[in-house]
Amino acid sequence: MKIQKPIEPFFWLTFVCSSVVVAFILLPLIQMIVQPSFQDLKETLKDPDVRRSIWLSVYTSGLAAFISFTIGTPFAYLLARKDFLGKRFVESIIDLPIMIPHPVVGIAILGIAGKNHWLGHLMHQVGIHVMGTVTGIVAVLTFVGLPFYVNTVKAGFEAIPVRLENVSRSLGASLTSTFLRVTFPLAWRSILVGIIMCCARAISEFGAVIIVAYHPMIAPVMIYERFTAYGLKYSQPVAVWLILVCLVLFLLLRIFSLPKENQT
Amino acid sequence: MIEIESLRIELSGFALQEIDLSIKDGEFFTLLGPTGAGKTLILEAIAGVVPITSGRIRVKERDITDLPPEHRGIGIVYQDYALFPHLSVLANVTYGLSYQRTDPQASTKWVEWLMERLGLQPLAHCSISYLSGGEKQRVALARALAVNPSVLLLDEPLSALDPNFREEIRGVLKKLHKEVGITFLMVSHDFAEVLFLGQRTAILNRGKIEQTGLVSEVFQRPATPFVAEFVGMKNVFPATFRDTKAVVDDLELYLQSPPERDKRYVAIRAEDIVISKEKVSGNGINVFQGKVLELTDRGIYHEVAVRTGNVIFRAILTRGALFEMKLPEGKDVHIAIRSSAIHVF
Repeated sequence: MKIQKPIEPFFWLTFVCSSVVVAFILLPLIQMIVQPSFQDLKETLKDPDVRRSIWLSVYTSGLAAFISFTIGTPFAYLLARKDFLGKRFVESIIDLPIMIPHPVVGIAILGIAGKNHWLGHLMHQVGIHVMGTVTGIVAVLTFVGLPFYVNTVKAGFEAIPVRLENVSRSLGASLTSTFLRVTFPLAWRSILVGIIMCCARAISEFGAVIIVAYHPMIAPVMIYERFTAYGLKYSQPVAVWLILVCLVLFLLLRIFSLPKENQT
Repeated sequence: MIEIESLRIELSGFALQEIDLSIKDGEFFTLLGPTGAGKTLILEAIAGVVPITSGRIRVKERDITDLPPEHRGIGIVYQDYALFPHLSVLANVTYGLSYQRTDPQASTKWVEWLMERLGLQPLAHCSISYLSGGEKQRVALARALAVNPSVLLLDEPLSALDPNFREEIRGVLKKLHKEVGITFLMVSHDFAEVLFLGQRTAILNRGKIEQTGLVSEVFQRPATPFVAEFVGMKNVFPATFRDTKAVVDDLELYLQSPPERDKRYVAIRAEDIVISKEKVSGNGINVFQGKVLELTDRGIYHEVAVRTGNVIFRAILTRGALFEMKLPEGKDVHIAIRSSAIHVF
């Protein structure tokens, strides 16, 4: 026989607050998804501009995540393993893109990409253009997504005991070999989560992109443009498709990164 | 031979000071000390995984101080095993073989022998997460020995194990050391382990070596009050010396022979103090009358504190002896200490 315990008032408080939070997030999203008719959705998807902008959003975010993976992984490892003078300062720098207002990010990037700046001048000379290009979009998305990648992967590296690396080195493996054979295989799940976080942040970016590259149009810019030009009804189907594509992508990544049953 | 010369390591809040050690080839040397004494730091300095402030480390006459860990040829076994969780038992054991320049056939034979010797053959393809503590420690040992290191460093290899596994691994370590002939340097905080395993030992306290010597010598003739207490001498007193007498507070203890000049302490093991109801007499025995101050139950024996004048002696009695003697706290007793049992330092 089960003994019924009285439910404490605090439990009710947590329950009510949780319900409010979940409803606050889900209600507008559900409303947006169910409002457009199936016909609207179908028509929207037939529009090559819509397909192009969603694809651009997906692949620029993917590129931003790839760049973050390439340059952010060694950096996250350094932050996780080494103590050095000014480490706190460097960690704060990493968090800056999270705090800076998005249009400011765009303006800041344009500031160094212009011909008046030596770097911008150099980039122009070698044929790299930022204003109104895919390169510009990827640069902005990397800027905003990198902190999420670095922080997630850093925590992943920190969770791996340094003693495993010590043992590996004592067995003859160099630092690189140790990283590839021990640290990376143990941290890959955190790396994947970092990629997802970075992608998610990048695909949702609007404010910074619109400053650097209104065209070619990524999906959030197209949604904004259609909203301001034609209203809610015309912008919603694009938003629904963007959400669906993102959901599918992130679900797939999550499934791949789920732990196998026999692994601890 | 491992030679450590004036090794210093400074970390925030802790410093290892001027460590000098010399460990012979093939020896089972132990570094003994309480938690936080800096024992693991010495091991990690030898392994090359912590930066040192100054000093030199030589192994087999080769200066390894500036070499990266992978070029030192030194194996390390940690108390928490530090096995690679994503690899099987066999993959763990053979991890280091690809970096060796030895004949692959000889390496394979050596690994097979180690696996056989440590009873790991049936577990070869098991995942690490399914192993018991004892099995994990055997895998860690096999993995470190597989690359044939010139020195094997053992960082408290028994302390994370259940008592039954501890005895098993202790036996394995002793046998393995005899069979492989590699220098073992083990860190421990348990003197009983060291008595069983070690040939020579160094006692470390707060980043400094207090005494180095044969285990039996350190056990019988501690050189400092810290070592005396660490090796279980319950009665350590500052003393002044006159001829063959030691004066401890208001008591005079007869010694076997006059001590050397610079001695400042006497130490007596609790088991060398005999408690009796009647006064015993004999040559070379110090006898005092005292009062039972406190009885402490230590499981299989009782510790008895006896006050004699201003001095409190600690002796031990078995449960049976205590029951027969019927000694309540406050009772008058006699204690007898052989002069040969009084250690002077």
